[in-house]
Amino acid sequence: MRAATLFKLLFGVLAVVFLIAPLVAILPLAFTSSVFLTYPIPGYSMRWFNELANANVWRMSIINSLIIGTGTTLLAGTLGTLAALGLRNAGLVLPGLFRTVFLLPMVVPAVVLGVGMQVFFVHLGLANSYAGVIAAHSVVAVPFVVVSVTASLAGIDRRVERAAASLGASPFTVFRRVTLPLALPGILSGAVFAFATSLDEVVLTLFVAGPNQRTLARQMFSSIRENISPAIAAAAFLFIVGTLLIAAIAVLVRRRTEKMKQPAEA
Amino acid sequence: MSETSLKGRLGALALVAPLVLFLAIFFAWPLVSMLKESVSDPVGSHAFPLTAAVAGDWDRQSEPPEALKQAFVDDLRAIDDQQLLGDAVRRLNSAQNGFRTLMSRTIRAVEEQPEGPLDLVAVDRRWADVRFWRAVADSTNPYTDRYLLAALDYERDASGRISALPAETSANTAILLRTLGIGAVVTLACALIGLPYAMLVASVDGWKRQVLLGAVLLPLWTSLLVRTAAWFILLQEQGLINDTLMSLGLIGSPLPLIFNRLGVVIAMTHVLLPFMVLPIYSVLLSIPRNLMPAAASLGAPPWRAFLRVLLPLSLRGVVSGSLLVFMTAIGYYITPALIGGAQDQMISSVIAFYAIGSANWGMAGALGAILLVATLALYTVYGRLSADRAGGR
Repeated sequence: MRAATLFKLLFGVLAVVFLIAPLVAILPLAFTSSVFLTYPIPGYSMRWFNELANANVWRMSIINSLIIGTGTTLLAGTLGTLAALGLRNAGLVLPGLFRTVFLLPMVVPAVVLGVGMQVFFVHLGLANSYAGVIAAHSVVAVPFVVVSVTASLAGIDRRVERAAASLGASPFTVFRRVTLPLALPGILSGAVFAFATSLDEVVLTLFVAGPNQRTLARQMFSSIRENISPAIAAAAFLFIVGTLLIAAIAVLVRRRTEKMKQPAEA
Repeated sequence: MSETSLKGRLGALALVAPLVLFLAIFFAWPLVSMLKESVSDPVGSHAFPLTAAVAGDWDRQSEPPEALKQAFVDDLRAIDDQQLLGDAVRRLNSAQNGFRTLMSRTIRAVEEQPEGPLDLVAVDRRWADVRFWRAVADSTNPYTDRYLLAALDYERDASGRISALPAETSANTAILLRTLGIGAVVTLACALIGLPYAMLVASVDGWKRQVLLGAVLLPLWTSLLVRTAAWFILLQEQGLINDTLMSLGLIGSPLPLIFNRLGVVIAMTHVLLPFMVLPIYSVLLSIPRNLMPAAASLGAPPWRAFLRVLLPLSLRGVVSGSLLVFMTAIGYYITPALIGGAQDQMISSVIAFYAIGSANWGMAGALGAILLVATLALYTVYGRLSADRAGGR
């Protein structure tokens, strides 16, 4: 029995190391003073963050990522939230079909979608444009918004909305004053997912973006391929810290809205 | 139907309509245009419209009729788009070698005699060969199956029968098999690590469970690109793994870990492991916790209780997880492209090569169609399984 426990412990530790170690290993290299992306680190410096901020390709790619990420968040967030509200309505015909269709972009391989978009965007005149890249990113980001908003809408007590309506509130007022505030955490986390998806998207960007829409992820991809440097580790550091920061904000927002709900329930 | 429920229905439709419209334009339409590229062959019918009109009258075996020959000469006289003409010559040459020289000679002859009938055999003896006429007539069909056949290493021979390509030119089957092979190995590796891991997570409580679950979720939230870059750093020749092993004296020279199959499998297993652990874990949670003690109280030794009780019950999660991992793995592009060598590229890399590298959308579309069909088939099975589980509860 003791051997079994020991084996369990060993397996657990090894598996956790396998899962986490790669993410930890890349972080210190962001602060290396060397030009090589290897250990041991000869000295610490901020030179690679300076490179990100000052070298033209990196700075442009960060700005592009912010523009395209914001556009994707707005577009996918709006479309996904509206659709989730529609899915919740009992009057919708064939809800299962709509739900399946809304999730399909997660399933189709990115390269397949990329080839199709490349061919199709040339016809539309959207090739090599910000609008095209934002539309492409929104397609793969929208399932996350639908899932997240649907989940938060499912948690709303219908009786609260009916009570508001019975007190004379118009459907729009019910939506604005009751449904929307209660669904807000789901909408916000959907928006965060949409932004993160856009930030990390490489394959569709390869197919539909021109040199002027090169995003940070795209720039990382080609610099790992062509001229690997610790700037990649610095960019990865920004990604990881950004993810943790956004996750923390999401948790805080959820805490606050839950606190707001409490007096209403009491 | 009352008026309010009709209004409710319309309201619900109005809410989902924008997303439906958006996905129809930017998701469905691109996929359709990709599938169309894989079967379309418009150059010949654009360049030779008169020939296209009479090509159907010829049986492709006997001597081509005079009307066809005259229509072809008239088409060559009418064409003034040099780009289109060049494309058409390339298209003909890909079907039948020798068209490049034949066409330049023929075009010169047509320019010298802009009126009346022209004896093409006198211009070049090759016009007496039925095979060249067959290529001309075939090129005027706006649809073709040659890309789809070529994607599976088949072609149509001169008489139109489907036959396998010679072994030295057939690369696609090998890549398809390699894609399935890498997908299977990664799925197996994920199952071998993921099943015991999920069981471990389900068997502990409190902070231990939080840590073990967090270790699965953190990579899932982290950028795929960051994870691939991290594996690049670990696996490279002077990477952490080789440095550690060498400083421990376990190996004398660096192990080849990157730009080969091993590196691709390690990195993809890491990336896809959460998709195996989470479905198994959710199945394990639904298994009553007193089943194992019950088996033990009936006299089953732990290994037997595991084999006869826990394993069969968790198998459903393993199947869903495996489908999810396999389906995602066969479409992977970034990880093999960055960690793998030339011999580890999967179908997605070949599609990207045809589309970006050589602008051959016919081949890119045909290979894409195969990958799309395979993925959707796997997703349908996966959907059935999860629907069964939801219904069975």
